Amino acid sequence: MEGIRANFLLPFPDFTLETALDLPGKGVTALFGHSGSGKTTLLRCIAGLERAPHGFLQIRGKLWQDSEQDFFLPTHQRLLGYVFQEASLFPHLNVRKNLEYGRKRSRFIHNPQGLEQAVELLGIGHLLERMPDKLSGGEKQRVAIARALAVSPQVLLMDEPLAALDLQRKQEILPFLTRLHNELAMPILYVTHSPEEVTQLADHLVVLQAGKVVVSGALAETLTRLDSPLAQGKEASTVLQVTVCGHEPEFHLSHVQFAGGILSLPYQQQTAIGTTLRLRVYARDVSITLQQAAQTSILNVLPATITGMAHDPEGRTMLRLNMGGEPLLSHITRKSASVLGLEKGMQVFAQIKATAIL
Amino acid sequence: MMLNDEDLGAILLTLKLASLVTAILLLVGTPIAWWLAHSGSRWKGIVGALVALPLVLPPAVLGFYLLVLMGPHGAVGQITKALGLGTLPFTFGGLVVASVIYSLPFVVQPLQNAFEAIGTRPLEVAATLRASPLDTFFTVVMPLARPGFLTASILGFAHTIGEFGVVLMVGGNIPDKTRVISMQIFNHVETGEYAQAHWLSAGMLVFSFAVLLLLYTLTPNPWRKR
Repeated sequence: MEGIRANFLLPFPDFTLETALDLPGKGVTALFGHSGSGKTTLLRCIAGLERAPHGFLQIRGKLWQDSEQDFFLPTHQRLLGYVFQEASLFPHLNVRKNLEYGRKRSRFIHNPQGLEQAVELLGIGHLLERMPDKLSGGEKQRVAIARALAVSPQVLLMDEPLAALDLQRKQEILPFLTRLHNELAMPILYVTHSPEEVTQLADHLVVLQAGKVVVSGALAETLTRLDSPLAQGKEASTVLQVTVCGHEPEFHLSHVQFAGGILSLPYQQQTAIGTTLRLRVYARDVSITLQQAAQTSILNVLPATITGMAHDPEGRTMLRLNMGGEPLLSHITRKSASVLGLEKGMQVFAQIKATAIL
Repeated sequence: MMLNDEDLGAILLTLKLASLVTAILLLVGTPIAWWLAHSGSRWKGIVGALVALPLVLPPAVLGFYLLVLMGPHGAVGQITKALGLGTLPFTFGGLVVASVIYSLPFVVQPLQNAFEAIGTRPLEVAATLRASPLDTFFTVVMPLARPGFLTASILGFAHTIGEFGVVLMVGGNIPDKTRVISMQIFNHVETGEYAQAHWLSAGMLVFSFAVLLLLYTLTPNPWRKR
């Protein structure tokens, strides 16, 4: 009963939002799709800002909408936090009063330190007495996130919180979002059209297309499904959760462990042994060899099983690999696939050229 | 002092009328303006046109119909008589009712513009921060629409002070009851007291200019630049 169940049917002139979703009650769920896919509408339905004529919505055991019973909890009675694409701070209130606005109206504050925590988490302590028009775009959005957190929500809904910001401001906010992810127990629903934000933040992924859910599941699983829109082309990638297990400062290397084996990374001086890291591995950086080459300059060569293949019209092949239970994608030429005689179920070695730490 | 007691009585009566009418207009005009700004109803066009009617209708026409309606044989007159209130024409009450209708667009339109400029986003934000719609109106909409309320009050007040045609038709010319400044100026001119007429007229001129000056220095809305 701790999860989120969101079933909606909402017709529009140009498309129909139709979802039957069961989402986990913790972690970050990314609602991914292109503009017009209905992801923001879905979030607005969950918030009650939009009323789907047919809908059933239950959040962590609490009913928010059931059109069968003609039940619809108005937005202001839903225990949620909402971050809009534009910060939308109240221009007539200073930062402190913006933060207190929702908090003063929340009857069920589980966490008496919530406000201080939100201020600390987003690093806005020095901005409290300022008026919103004296803040930068990134600062405004951080205040807006803190304002949503300060009400101790049961669920945090974020509608492309970075989309209105330039690259530099995005980089400024992303670390704070990663902190939210690591330090908060509440589930976060995060609408985005950016694969980078998905790989960096999400634990669970829902892909929407023209109002329908095409993929929904755990991140590693959904990123590597060959029919997923995210597993197409040059940007296709996988996310691995790894644990730091050793350092080799003389070679400027660190070693990390995951279910598929041990990988070497550029030296992570700041990272203690035992720390968990999130790695992004692009499919284009993974190549295949049939034998474990005795002499190769590539350090990361690990055994893998081919669990799926998809050819594209541009002469490339996307392979889905299983490495000790962890899925990985490899993007190779169709010719290589043919020369090596690759098939589903074959045992091969994956050579991983590079990884990015998220 | 160039003003006689009758002049002073007219000034006091006018201020009393304008203050009362402005207060009523804000109470009546705010919900109408809110509805016009946010409703998707098909009645919106009709209501908007009705509210704006006094802008284009000759005051004499409006006054004439009000006189007929509120008179002993009119629909409103029948009701007020049945309630034991007598009939409204040629009373201060009748003047108030007529002025409210006459000045309504001057209050509704600035408010409607202010509400439309705020848009729906701040209302949605407030809802996600647990504020009920009424709470949102008082803590978000009113502060953000303050320049609109100021403009509406000033225009409603000034316009009530300046009316003549409706007063002539509905109020008549009864000292201390319905004889407002504009009527008093008319009386002075009729009896050839141009000096007296000058004093009152110049006073109105200065007042009107001061009101508009105030209006133009208080706006534009400092929060509109976002």
